[in-house]
Amino acid sequence: MKYTPVIGLETHVELATASKMFCGCSAEHFQAPPNTHTCPVCLGLPGALPVPNKRAVDWTLLLAEALQCQLNTQSHFDRKNYFYPDLPKSYQITQYEKPLGENGQLEIAPGKIIRIRRVHLEEDTGKLQHTQIGSDRVVLVDFNRSGVPLVEIVTEPDFRSLEEVDLYVKKLQRIIRRLEISNADMEKGSMRLEPSISLSGDEVPVPLPNDQLPPYRVELKNINSFRFARKALEYEIQRQSELLTMGQKVLQQTRGWSEDKNATFAQREKEGEHDYRYFPEPDIPPLEFTPEELEAIKHKIPELPYPRAVRLINQYGLSDYQADLLTENKDLADYFEKAVTTAAKNVSPKEIANWLINKKIDIAKLSPQALLAEIASAKETTTISDEEMERMVREVLAENSQAVADYRKGKTQILGFLIGCMVKKIGPKADRNAISQKLQEKLRVS
Amino acid sequence: MGLNSLTLREAQEGLKAKKFTSQELVKDCLDRIEETDGKIRAFLAKNPLALKEATENPQGIPVAIKDNFNTSGLETTASSNILKGYLPPYDATVVRKVKENNGIILGKTNMDAFAHGSSTETSDFGPTKNPWDLQRLPGGSSGGSAAAVAADQAIFAIGSETAGSIRGPAAWCGIVGLKPTYGRVSRYGLIAMASSTDSPGPLTKTVGDARTVYHWIKGQDPHDATTVDQGEGTVKEIRDLKIGLPKEYFRPEGQKEVNETVWQAAKVFERLGARLVEISLFDPQYAISVYTIVQRSEVSSNLGRFTGIRFGHGRETFNAENKRRIMLGTYALSAGYYDAYYKKAQQVRTVIIDDFKKTFEKVDLILAPTMPSVAPRLGVTQGQSMYGELADILTEPSSVAGLPAISLPCGFVAGLPVGLQLIGPLWQEEMILKAAEEFERNTAWHKEKPKL
Repeated sequence: MKYTPVIGLETHVELATASKMFCGCSAEHFQAPPNTHTCPVCLGLPGALPVPNKRAVDWTLLLAEALQCQLNTQSHFDRKNYFYPDLPKSYQITQYEKPLGENGQLEIAPGKIIRIRRVHLEEDTGKLQHTQIGSDRVVLVDFNRSGVPLVEIVTEPDFRSLEEVDLYVKKLQRIIRRLEISNADMEKGSMRLEPSISLSGDEVPVPLPNDQLPPYRVELKNINSFRFARKALEYEIQRQSELLTMGQKVLQQTRGWSEDKNATFAQREKEGEHDYRYFPEPDIPPLEFTPEELEAIKHKIPELPYPRAVRLINQYGLSDYQADLLTENKDLADYFEKAVTTAAKNVSPKEIANWLINKKIDIAKLSPQALLAEIASAKETTTISDEEMERMVREVLAENSQAVADYRKGKTQILGFLIGCMVKKIGPKADRNAISQKLQEKLRVS
Repeated sequence: MGLNSLTLREAQEGLKAKKFTSQELVKDCLDRIEETDGKIRAFLAKNPLALKEATENPQGIPVAIKDNFNTSGLETTASSNILKGYLPPYDATVVRKVKENNGIILGKTNMDAFAHGSSTETSDFGPTKNPWDLQRLPGGSSGGSAAAVAADQAIFAIGSETAGSIRGPAAWCGIVGLKPTYGRVSRYGLIAMASSTDSPGPLTKTVGDARTVYHWIKGQDPHDATTVDQGEGTVKEIRDLKIGLPKEYFRPEGQKEVNETVWQAAKVFERLGARLVEISLFDPQYAISVYTIVQRSEVSSNLGRFTGIRFGHGRETFNAENKRRIMLGTYALSAGYYDAYYKKAQQVRTVIIDDFKKTFEKVDLILAPTMPSVAPRLGVTQGQSMYGELADILTEPSSVAGLPAISLPCGFVAGLPVGLQLIGPLWQEEMILKAAEEFERNTAWHKEKPKL
């Protein structure tokens, strides 16, 4: 039996603010010596208090707006209480009741919309390192990451294939990078995925009413790369469909990914789920925004990658493929448009796009003007008379009788070699099209 | 009488006029502590550098700090075994401000462990005794700070109030205690009890001293997001004041003599030209439930950090009262109970806030007894886990509403001090202080000293 996967995604993104979410410590933690970016606040010392980072709030609003969320005029932080060694206060400051943004959407392909349930702001935890000192197996804690601002983006269960998950992640990453609020780098852990997946035997439309969702859900947690997330999802589709085919139930679980076993494994049953005892964080006053302030956020959104790609297609006649590649990052797209506006008439936007993509131009080293000069010079050809061309072709064919014979037996690819011989005689700017035509003509007749 | 019995103003003026030195002032306080603290037990850790600091600061004023304020390098325990031996790496904002205003810390004062009580009897290091009667409680949780000031062991003290913890001990020890508006004074570095009502404030010998210290410690703090940059309101002359006496605050189950003493004291305001009116407020007994739920909930979360990083000792060293509060708070916040308890309590809290708001449209200040009785005997809290909440019935409503209030000495019942409180609208500390000062100028209760 064929099942359709029903997938939802939680994505955590570390914001690239200079300081942490609730204190003045540097938020940079990648490869910093352990416990050097800490203070009473992010160590959770008695008496320390959190003060929210305004930039982190602004950036989260920006992302929520870019994802077409409804921005709440009233929002607040909540405490999520649980005990874990990487959480020094024994509670995480997060947003539960009133996130900064709700009910947004992201169009991942024409007509395919993923609904965004919420976009909220919270703090990251410290990092545990399981290691050995001498003969002792120990767990060390590094609090450099403790309190780094983290945005969580939660989708509705709107994905029906892994390809859609790929598209979503790629689009989201581009938007975040375009907003310049995070490098969204999954290898460095600044973007992390937590999918939840179940399978349905029926056709599953999007949006799916809640009462028609499969009766269980498997959450995949603590997966530290996109590759592993994808593998874990593939594994789950296989595992769950086998269970369902055998008429068994799939348990509601949290599962992790074992790289060694190339399999997911059960971490927690539903019964064992935490009661986080959420309540409004009394140390931070509620966040209030006027409609004018929220309106101003809209005007701070730059042209985003996807709308820009659409514009490049319409304005310059680029292919979907070209527009997609060029809008991967803002600098490349800017470079392209700069080159287009300064280009001479005989160089088309499509040509420029092709050069940028095919020749893998290093835009940091070559200016748009220099690129245009390269294109122009490549288009210049040495013109020779028909008689001269005729003579040279005859010479080349005579000098390479074996190649000519091979060509006539059907090895047409040998044509390239013959063209090369001609270019040697004429010079590097020889008109390859004209040569090719003449050669083929001669090869056919004689 | 030594220099230790001076008020803050007298000490400042004496130092300025070079009548004595800061060293002499500190020495007299240390001697007094040496002489009396075996009986009173107001102090926990003492600052071994106090005299040295006095030699370095000719304007230095000796002060006692409640043990829930972090003091850099000076043992800070909040009177709990769990923090025994803990040396904080930083000063609380209030401590920093006191130091910047020439405060020299004599030591840290005893309190209910983590401020969980109104008696100082839940301290893990033994109770503090009331200087007026060593068989009686000083009140709490700032009991050590109040007793230290009443016994002239310090020129003034810093305390904190969550609901009654400054006003209560000030009343029972016969001194002045100011609880500022929530958000007026920074909580940064104050070991949290209930984050949404904790308010640091001064315990002093006079109203004028309370104002001085209040001016030092108030103000917006970049380290405390709940502090507000808010000016003082307009201060009314006493003859323009309308003072409300809520009938629900003169409780039949309270001590009759205390109610009468406060009624008599109210007449002083009338003689000074104020208008007294009887008013009706939301019954304060409802505030007990609200306060208990909100405070226990916040406590259960705030104390979580002591189970991870160990600052002194393991979590098994929480005392019975700490554990009771953690359990009740954990229960109140649990899924399925949150709406019935925590959320409901916050809704009733809003009702209490509105009730005060409406009342302050009719009167400028509210006058009532601070505590329904004078200081009871030691041991009264035994087996009564709700003792504190019941004793603090008259301070809890204004605390959950975040209002400023002062307690000041207004008479004696059977040789024990009685305190009256003036409660004002949000941010109206100056109006409260002005009225209290007029009362003090026309009475002599604050000059009475316990015989030790």
